[in-house]
Amino acid sequence: MTGAQVRTDDRTADVGAVRRLLIRPELGAVVGMVAVFAFFASQSPVFRSPAGIANWLDPAATLGIMAVAVALLMIGGEFDLSAGVLTGTSGLILVTLATRFGFNVWAAMLAGLVVALAVGFANGMVVTRTRLPSFIVTLGTFLMLQGINLGVTKAITGTVQVGGLRRADGFEGAAAVFAGTIEIGGTSFRVAILWWVVVTAVATWVLMRSRVGNWIFAVGGNEQAARNVGVPAARTKIALFMTTAFAAWLVGSIMALRYTSVQANIGIGQEFIYIIAAVIGGCLLTGGYGSAVGAAIGAVIFGMADKGIVFLGWDADWFKFFLGAMLLLATLANRLVRRYAEEVRH
Amino acid sequence: MILETRGIGKTFGSVLALRDVSMGVTAGQVTCVLGDNGAGKSTLIKILSGVHRHDAGMLLVDGAEVGFASPREALDRGIATVYQDLAMIPLMSVWRNFFLGSEPRRGLAFDVAKARRVAREELRAMGIDIRDVDQPVGTLSGGERQSVAIARAVYFGARVLILDEPTSALGVKQAGVVLRYIARARDRGLGVVFITHNPHHAYPVGDRFLLLNRGTSLGEYAKGEITTQELTALMSGGAELEELAHELERE
Repeated sequence: MTGAQVRTDDRTADVGAVRRLLIRPELGAVVGMVAVFAFFASQSPVFRSPAGIANWLDPAATLGIMAVAVALLMIGGEFDLSAGVLTGTSGLILVTLATRFGFNVWAAMLAGLVVALAVGFANGMVVTRTRLPSFIVTLGTFLMLQGINLGVTKAITGTVQVGGLRRADGFEGAAAVFAGTIEIGGTSFRVAILWWVVVTAVATWVLMRSRVGNWIFAVGGNEQAARNVGVPAARTKIALFMTTAFAAWLVGSIMALRYTSVQANIGIGQEFIYIIAAVIGGCLLTGGYGSAVGAAIGAVIFGMADKGIVFLGWDADWFKFFLGAMLLLATLANRLVRRYAEEVRH
Repeated sequence: MILETRGIGKTFGSVLALRDVSMGVTAGQVTCVLGDNGAGKSTLIKILSGVHRHDAGMLLVDGAEVGFASPREALDRGIATVYQDLAMIPLMSVWRNFFLGSEPRRGLAFDVAKARRVAREELRAMGIDIRDVDQPVGTLSGGERQSVAIARAVYFGARVLILDEPTSALGVKQAGVVLRYIARARDRGLGVVFITHNPHHAYPVGDRFLLLNRGTSLGEYAKGEITTQELTALMSGGAELEELAHELERE
């Protein structure tokens, strides 16, 4: 609105523009990213070199793909604790089918996608039908998948990992698309970074510029009210669980093609990192508020801290401390922002 | 008469919630439904809005008998209900709430520019002075929220607007704001059903007054036939009030 249309109310004068900027969910994450970058860049020349940037953008990318999907789900008011283990399941299916059952790599990936989407669909169905908290439902899925990953891998290989993907049919092509590198100005960047950018862009468009985006905010904000005005709440939530599952498949495939082998226990514990990145990016734990770009930035902060600590020659254990401190700060900042945004003005 | 009931009634098990109530809603008029708690006001509006089905009497839309199976059916006939708890999402912006569930489309996309523009125009046409349609609904006052809900119902083609106690949780000034939008909706040719337990809110804006007590009608009056004092007396049962006054008197 232009200034002329704004009512001259002495209590709200001139706060409009500032308030609008401050209530952007990603604001806190942007400030955090700038601060963390400034800190590490000033301490380590390697950190701010192109090679260094390519180095810390890589973990940011694989984490970011998951964090963005998890952020959409959290805005929709649900959690997915099985997302981390599902990356392992997808990778294990890919490598096992391609190396032990003679599948072409592309076919094996397709099989992994079908299974991942089925898991996401099942999570969504159980949550929407039973109205149980998704925290519990997906905790169940998490434990079951963890068991399957280990049990099936041991039964087939006798060990807790499968490898040898390099020899499978179609490996070269799939590896180039999902695990290759791109040269930019003499520095090679992982292609995963490109996937991360694409996922973030699509998620942002869906959230801000599509009807489904409106529904996602609504089912997370007040599911009953959303249903009353005709929003297909159950379908929206199931689609969100399947989106998280798709992201898990993408990341699992990228990792499997990159390392050509998968550990059966991979991805365990990652589910909380995704949620933390989304929260640092401005998502509320209670749903209905957040941003995909914010979650992507949350992932950048992680990537920078993860590699920056190594560049500085510190003990990597400090990363965990940093993680906890960031989470606490972000949650406090989000709470302030939310209070400010929701403040009733008479 | 757009919406009419003739001797309508509803029982829940052995409880007679509503018995033999007749009322009418005309385009461009406000019908007030007055009654104390438990008088049957909410049962009546739930029948009108399609939440409950009546089991005695007749419900008529445009003179033809109907039976609504769901609120959606009532809505399709142009009967929109704004409930007290509003069905709005506090953290979402005014324009996102305005079009929630009926988003305008442009190709695959949600036509955000149109949604913003129409929300702003519609609110202004109703005389609702929202500072900024991008602000979250949670930052609006209670009266403003009611007003946005009314504007939304008007925009989506409501012919009859049922308002469930829109002023009961509001202060004097805010209630005045909402009453003004009720008048505005009436002036745009909508039939309004205004449920309240406050005769002082009902009298200035109402054209007809239906009084309910313990599930039965105490009669439907046109504005010329009754005064605020008489409304108050009828509503609370004048005798009961006198008795109370007597009881509270000092010995």
